[in-house]
Amino acid sequence: MKRLMRDPVVLAAVGLLAALALAAIFAPLLAPHDPARQLDIVGLKSRPPSSAFPFGTDPLSRDVLSRVLYGGRVSLGVGALAALGSVAIGTVYGAIAGYAGGWIDEALMRTVDALMAMPRVLLVLTVIALWGGTSPGALIAFLAATGWFQISRLVRAEVKATGAREFVISARALGATGARILVRHILPNVMSPVIVAATISFGSAILLEAGLSFIGVGIQPPRASWGNIMHDATGVGLWWLSLFPGLAIVATMLSINVLGDRLRDALDPRELPGR
Amino acid sequence: MTTPLLSVRDLRTVFDTDAGLARAVDGVSFDVGTGESVGLVGESGCGKSVTAFSILRLIRPPGRIVEGSHVALDGTDLMSLDAESLRQIRGSRVSMVFQEPMTALNPVLRIGDQIAEVLRVHDNTPGKEARERAVEMLRLVGLSDPAARFDQYPHQLSGGMRQRVVIAMALVMHPELVLADEPTTALDVTVQAQILELLAELRERMGMAMLLITHDLGVIAESTSRVIVMYAGEIVEEAPVGVLFDEPHHPYTIGLLKAIPEPTPADRGRRLAVIPGSVPPATDWPSGCRFRTRCAYAWDRCEHEHPPLYQIAAGHLSRCHLAEEPWRRS
Amino acid sequence: MLRTLAPRIGRRALHSLLVVFIVATIAFGLIAIAPGDPCATDDPRNTLAVQAQCRIRLGLDGPLPDRYVQFLSHAARGDLGQSYITQRPVAEMIAQALPNTILLMSLAIAVSLIGGLVLGVARSVQPRSTSGQVAMATAVVLYSLPEFWLAQIAVFVFAYVIPVFPAGGTVTAITHDYMNVWGRLWDRIDHLILPVLTLAAVSVAGIARFQRNAMRDVAGEDYLRTARAKGVPERDVIMRHALRNALLPLITNIGFTLPALFGGALFVEQVFSWPGMGRLAFDAISQRDAPVVIGCTLVGSGAVVLGSLIADALYAVADPRMRT
Repeated sequence: MKRLMRDPVVLAAVGLLAALALAAIFAPLLAPHDPARQLDIVGLKSRPPSSAFPFGTDPLSRDVLSRVLYGGRVSLGVGALAALGSVAIGTVYGAIAGYAGGWIDEALMRTVDALMAMPRVLLVLTVIALWGGTSPGALIAFLAATGWFQISRLVRAEVKATGAREFVISARALGATGARILVRHILPNVMSPVIVAATISFGSAILLEAGLSFIGVGIQPPRASWGNIMHDATGVGLWWLSLFPGLAIVATMLSINVLGDRLRDALDPRELPGR
Repeated sequence: MTTPLLSVRDLRTVFDTDAGLARAVDGVSFDVGTGESVGLVGESGCGKSVTAFSILRLIRPPGRIVEGSHVALDGTDLMSLDAESLRQIRGSRVSMVFQEPMTALNPVLRIGDQIAEVLRVHDNTPGKEARERAVEMLRLVGLSDPAARFDQYPHQLSGGMRQRVVIAMALVMHPELVLADEPTTALDVTVQAQILELLAELRERMGMAMLLITHDLGVIAESTSRVIVMYAGEIVEEAPVGVLFDEPHHPYTIGLLKAIPEPTPADRGRRLAVIPGSVPPATDWPSGCRFRTRCAYAWDRCEHEHPPLYQIAAGHLSRCHLAEEPWRRS
Repeated sequence: MLRTLAPRIGRRALHSLLVVFIVATIAFGLIAIAPGDPCATDDPRNTLAVQAQCRIRLGLDGPLPDRYVQFLSHAARGDLGQSYITQRPVAEMIAQALPNTILLMSLAIAVSLIGGLVLGVARSVQPRSTSGQVAMATAVVLYSLPEFWLAQIAVFVFAYVIPVFPAGGTVTAITHDYMNVWGRLWDRIDHLILPVLTLAAVSVAGIARFQRNAMRDVAGEDYLRTARAKGVPERDVIMRHALRNALLPLITNIGFTLPALFGGALFVEQVFSWPGMGRLAFDAISQRDAPVVIGCTLVGSGAVVLGSLIADALYAVADPRMRT
């Protein structure tokens, strides 16, 4: 673990992620304009980047830089909260399945298999079609509800494996109840793979939100999201509308992926000493 | 004096690791005569397997054989051979038996095909004849129902059987020299004896020389006539097998021999003798004598002067200053 | 061989059927617990008669178990209801769109298979090389790109800045019909190149990362070393030994990533105006055309499950360990 914190690549990734997060948090201070304000629909419509507008303006004459900064709040926020939600749901689901065993376990995990066979986009679209809602809150809920499958599998596997180990059996022999065993003994062991899965979930939530906003189903304007800024760039050569939000997404995803890779390497049981 | 079959001079093989340059084999020289069985013994990390791989130039990056190393097969320098000539020698004049038969065999090819492949790439043997010879080889290595075995896959065989297949692959071209890298380490004890017997029998029958690499002194005693002991990338002792066991010279060899548990009544209650300390990392061999950090007899000369291989008696060499100052043994 | 394979594949097929069944049940479940009436929209074309039909199709009429059975039986017969907007049967719309998506995905899979093989073989033949490190770095970057963004860049660079490829569609409008056979074939290929490569690029990046993570043991190198020690020429070491063994995990990996690949295809289709499931589903969602979206989900998931099954079957054929 300590080796991890000294790895320059990891530090760079964490630094980048922190910078993006800070930019998002301090958007109100950093943004030169109100992201929703149409500055001059005639004169400043769809301007390429210039010294006045470093990221250009969009077809509604809004400053793209401000929109990207505020968009970060939405995209990163939705992604993070969705990931947290997924971790919560997945952990509970997997713990129940692993602990219960038998046909309950079988039924629960078969359902997860089926859910994982469905392309996530389609699942989210179905939910949106049935429930409506494109507010950030609704989106967080939908993303959280569709991002927990792999986590539940990991948790279930760990619960089953740990539950068979001696210290749990001895705890039970000493009279500990199921819930207590679960929380105090089993869950701490599950942390490592779940952390890795959580970072992956964070990344895929961001990507999915961006995709949905991009096609117009996610975050609705005038609220900005990295995805919906890119929506207007399709086919008309307004490259700055695509480039800057895209770079922001790539920067975020790159740091998440690199971090996830290093975390996975560090927590890989084959990497542990005493092989 | 006949030229030895294999002549290794000043072999050096290094690995570029994150922790620095690892000198796995650091100036090793020895001979193997025609039909002779020589043992190469040492702990893990002493460089013995790397020596074997270096002979056939099977070292891949980040490892490399250092310039100035000479390995001659019947007079031909293998180090300066072009790739095609080297390829022709591998498997036909010099072949290898590997430690882990499951990973040494390709899991998706039939075992018969893997043996026949050797015949194909060297002699261009047509399919039918190759199959016949492969089946014959399978029979020779003691596999039951060899014709059926040809069509089987590695995962269908037990560990011992797989190792027999590996031996069949190595011997099908009747090589002059076999490099056996820990051929029995991965096997059960009962199977080990069978495999060693098989190797001895085939060796005699075909008149092959063998370099048997192992960390197990018991195996050495059974199967070789001359022994080379390696430590920290160097040869530290060389002697005929009887002499090594009866009159070992180098403290490391002595330590290895003492560490063999001997189940006699007199030894009941005796602690298992171990050599204190552990092998130093190959990136940082100690100065002077590399064994001094674990040697009971070390004195200041050992730290400053790297001992050469002293001649103790005919055919008996030892890399230890005690050769010149034997009184220090007490 | 077939004797031992058939039961195994049969079992997998049964399992796949079960999964599809559960998917349909999940879809039904979502419909059942969703608030409001998905069949009643403000669109004037959505008459009461159409709404009634819609409710029957989606299983919204009557007691729950009946609705469930109705839903399943209709879906099994290929009746997925009617689009609110176009009034056409959903199944018909999907039948038109699905082949285009399948075409795109199949080609992308083929390209990424080749790419993955090259990477896998290169990695086992020469582990830890500098070009390998460069490739891994490129893979991480590619993998971090949203597919639709990569598609946008591809369109921008190769259709606008350096106009080499068309910006979208399956064929060139109007003029396509006047071309001869070869012209038409090339026109189709021309329109396929960018979308397929875009989709394949991210897929290959994923494969590269999978190979790095999953194949960290050196077992693969051992039998290559044996082959060299036997005197097998390097070319045969690669073609005969390394290739087949690199293929197996690749097939598993592609089967595993099919759902994600499908999702990516949907977005790529959108950018390239490709008339596939992506455009169908996204157009439908923006008009709140629930039956179409649900139909797409069912068929899309079914296609992915089928693809997985095919991958499993191929794996069973290729790996002798499965056959004995």
